[in-house]
Amino acid sequence: MSEASRLQQAFAAGKFVVSGEIGPPKGTHIEEMLHHIDALKDKVDALNVTDNQSSVMRISSLGVCQLIKEKNGEPILQMTCRDRNRLALQSDLLSASVLGIKNVLCLTGDYITIGDHKEAKPVFDIDSVQLIQTIRQLEQGRDLAGNELQGAPKFFVGAVVTPEADPIEPQLLKFEKKVKAGADFFQTQAIYDIENFKKFMRYARQFNTKIMAGIVLLVSAGMARYMNQNVPGIFVPQELIDEMASAPKGKALEKGIEIAGRMIRQLKDEKICDGVHIMAIGREGVIPDILSAAGLNGAG
Amino acid sequence: MIVAQRKGIDEIKKMVAPYSKILVAGCGTCVAVCMAGGEREVSILASMLRMAFKLDPGKEIEVGEITMERQCDREFIEPFDKKLREYEAVISTACGIGIQFLAEFLGDRPVFPGVNTKFLGSNEGEGTWFERCRACGDCVLGETGGICPITICAKNLLNGPCGGTNKGKCEVDADKDCAWTLIYRRLEKLGGLDNIRKIFPPKNFHVQTHPGRLVHEAYQKEEKK
Repeated sequence: MSEASRLQQAFAAGKFVVSGEIGPPKGTHIEEMLHHIDALKDKVDALNVTDNQSSVMRISSLGVCQLIKEKNGEPILQMTCRDRNRLALQSDLLSASVLGIKNVLCLTGDYITIGDHKEAKPVFDIDSVQLIQTIRQLEQGRDLAGNELQGAPKFFVGAVVTPEADPIEPQLLKFEKKVKAGADFFQTQAIYDIENFKKFMRYARQFNTKIMAGIVLLVSAGMARYMNQNVPGIFVPQELIDEMASAPKGKALEKGIEIAGRMIRQLKDEKICDGVHIMAIGREGVIPDILSAAGLNGAG
Repeated sequence: MIVAQRKGIDEIKKMVAPYSKILVAGCGTCVAVCMAGGEREVSILASMLRMAFKLDPGKEIEVGEITMERQCDREFIEPFDKKLREYEAVISTACGIGIQFLAEFLGDRPVFPGVNTKFLGSNEGEGTWFERCRACGDCVLGETGGICPITICAKNLLNGPCGGTNKGKCEVDADKDCAWTLIYRRLEKLGGLDNIRKIFPPKNFHVQTHPGRLVHEAYQKEEKK
């Protein structure tokens, strides 16, 4: 139907691909978000827009992806399986396609009770693997029920993986199903231990798919400790926690930027993976600083 | 079995407050085993109601007690027909099935729920029950090592764990096991991991359109076959 997405083209050109993350606001005041979009859209290859992140109701990913398109940015539509059944998901995929949104990231989605509408009905009609299959089927001109479409969409399809999952075997089983279902690229959960990540990459390299390492900006030693305690699949090594703790008062954010930049530089220079996805939750404004620290001058 | 939990006394009292002749009707099957609505619980609830209404000035109330062997079967209700109709209102402590069945049987007088029906579960030790089946109508236990991903996984995922799984536990409740870690480990032992390497298709929810109705083959009318 149309040419490959800019993100897909960047991978195809062998570029070390960088994406940023935009978290839509809760409410109609979008000025700050638009400011972030403006500041980032030309510095990264794509902007990944979360879908009711952490099960907290916000502006939809589809709506914000459209705003990014209007600014000639490259959006990645995140789709979770938590809030929509197979009709709604397919319908939104067709809508995304006609709006010119070409990248989709498929996720299961956090459970309802983690968020701010704890009494809502969780959907999970299909799962992330089946969502990838659904997209591939729509591309063949058929919906999930086998009905013929009048015009088929074309997407560049992403999925997620947690290289530090414990236990790792069931996670890898699912990763392989996502590859088999047709995932073009993967974005990982945040990684901090590059040696561990290299091990994962040696395994992942046997599959024909692109891997973007998840980089979550550390803003304090406390945050690192908190994530180790509370966030499944995230492991911050003690040396990094100590390094964060060693930052002089008021300089922790700068230290976090330095660490993120250093990690990205190593991932790129040693060709460990195909790109990075930078999550600077609530600090989107510093992503350009992280890129500078990594020696990356933007998508250009 | 069907697992239920008695409603709070304040809620029950509020429902039956307009009546003065009330019958608490228990069920001797599942809810008796899970200590929510059997003969013993009927007796306790009746006493609580008598005491609760005693505090209300000017309120005269009679609370009767019966327990049927099963409230989900007409033949067990019929013998109590006369007794049931001696009261203005009935509180059923059976599961939701029994409550509805009794309400339909009586027809001309109100039946109120004395319990909240929770799930289909098993006894996991003294006073503890755990959900084991969501009655999805399309059983996959043969492929998942006898562990149900539809029930035990909070997100009923069919193709492996979500990113929230942590050290074998569930992101929704760290006291609960991750179904997919259990399934993986069990199949590893059974030599059946190939079962779950294939991609399971989206679940067929058509087979569980509600309300479900089933006529045993032997009882289907000749012309319908």
